[in-house]
Amino acid sequence: MIVYSLTFYLFSSIAVLSALMVISAKNPVHSVLFLILSFVNASGLFVLLGAEFLAMILVVVYVGAVAVLFLFVVMMLDINYIKLREGFLQYLPFGALLGIVLVIELGILYLTDISSNINSSEEALEPRIYEIENTKMIGEILYTKYFYLFQICGIILLVAMIGSITLTLRDKGGVKRQNIDNQNSVNALNAIDKKKVKLGEGI
Amino acid sequence: MKFSFLYDIIIPGLIITAQILAVVLPVLISVAFLVYAERKVLALIQLRKGPNIVGPFGILQSFADALKLITKENIIPSGSNKVVFILAPIITMVLSLAGWAVIPFAPGWVVSDINVGIMYLFAVSSLGVYGIIMAGWASNSQYPFLGALRSAAQMVSYEVSIGFVIITVLLCVGSLNLSKIVMAQQTVWFAIPLLPMFIIFFISALAETNRLPFDLPEDESTLVAGFFTEYSSASFVLFFLGEYASMILMSSMTVILFLGGWLPPFDIFPFNAIPGVIWFTIKIIFILFLFIWVRGTFPRYRYDQLMRLGWKVFLPFSLFWVVATSGFLVYFDMLPK
Repeated sequence: MIVYSLTFYLFSSIAVLSALMVISAKNPVHSVLFLILSFVNASGLFVLLGAEFLAMILVVVYVGAVAVLFLFVVMMLDINYIKLREGFLQYLPFGALLGIVLVIELGILYLTDISSNINSSEEALEPRIYEIENTKMIGEILYTKYFYLFQICGIILLVAMIGSITLTLRDKGGVKRQNIDNQNSVNALNAIDKKKVKLGEGI
Repeated sequence: MKFSFLYDIIIPGLIITAQILAVVLPVLISVAFLVYAERKVLALIQLRKGPNIVGPFGILQSFADALKLITKENIIPSGSNKVVFILAPIITMVLSLAGWAVIPFAPGWVVSDINVGIMYLFAVSSLGVYGIIMAGWASNSQYPFLGALRSAAQMVSYEVSIGFVIITVLLCVGSLNLSKIVMAQQTVWFAIPLLPMFIIFFISALAETNRLPFDLPEDESTLVAGFFTEYSSASFVLFFLGEYASMILMSSMTVILFLGGWLPPFDIFPFNAIPGVIWFTIKIIFILFLFIWVRGTFPRYRYDQLMRLGWKVFLPFSLFWVVATSGFLVYFDMLPK
């Protein structure tokens, strides 16, 4: 149990500290790297909760795919760090408002959870993880009870994908692309064009 | 129960450390011999002799090379981002060793037999891109940066088809546990019913480990040495070890998913008398030989061809195969319970 608590505090403190570093790091690439560290530690917390499938999905999707593309974009941008800092005070009230709303919401959630189910925190510390694989549990709920919501999520993602493709796909023309079928269908008959050239005229 | 420091922390800690060493040391030593084997096989393909001076048949060549590199000066470019520059090879190395935690070498021979083993392997191999991308960015130089960009795009593209291949296998197994995936292949190895997926997985593994014909991130004829152009001495060794260790990791993943892991080819006397770990090793060596053979045979892909292969050939085909496999399993009522 003591090892469990120690690992919990290790993961959570690194997650919180790296989240702080995300917003305070001067270099945006460092920010993204700290964001990745925060994600990985969050997935460690999921493992401690017994939600191993969610932990792995978090790493595969957020760290392995989303953050790579994010890092990709941030690395390519030429950002003026000093200019970026200038708007800080201007955005401060709005940001603080958002933060306060979030904290109040979390507080309400915490209080209602405590009053409704006293045993929940104890159960969260000792989940019965090895009785059934939680991959199976998620599948059994997701594809039966929440089937339509799941499908709607899929459609929303599809629409977002089509939208972003139509926004970015521009055929400028003048781009030389390889057409493999054309290359493969070249033979002696269509590769060479024989012409009779009249004397003194050319083609 | 009373908590005792000795029995709850020290002894389990020592056992886990011993297990980790028992896995990591053979992997590191086999990396040295893999490098030797690669040079020797390539030499034979090209009708040369290969390394033949250090030790009998040159077998100690890689150890000599490692020693030479480690004793050299570690140069950190003045314009580089030093922390990230030093961190990048360490991350590459650690990630390529972390995956071995879930690999079952024989029945019960596994450091951590977790329920989501294959997802863990997939996650670890998808994190591998960070070492490269950080190295390319931190070097603050053009060639490594181009190498890092190429590698990021390439690894993300081929991960998608690897994901679909894994899903196809999981449909036939009904579990994400690696030992269960192996045990599901007792009747027939998945390489036979899922042959196209096996081929796609192997080719994607080549791309995922940045091996020829997909080694564009380190393309020496256009990018000097790609993402590790600026690296020297020990940090270079870490990259080198990491790359070859992840090669062995990917081939053991191929063996577990498609070639029946530790299972013998036939469950009859002379074959099943040989211990499972030896079958596992033989199969890994076979896949590694294919890696080297491909390197000695095929020319490097052009960048647009690489992307076309990943997104326009492998992705639709593996997607189709996922649908076909699940349709087949449902129609003939063969879904694992």
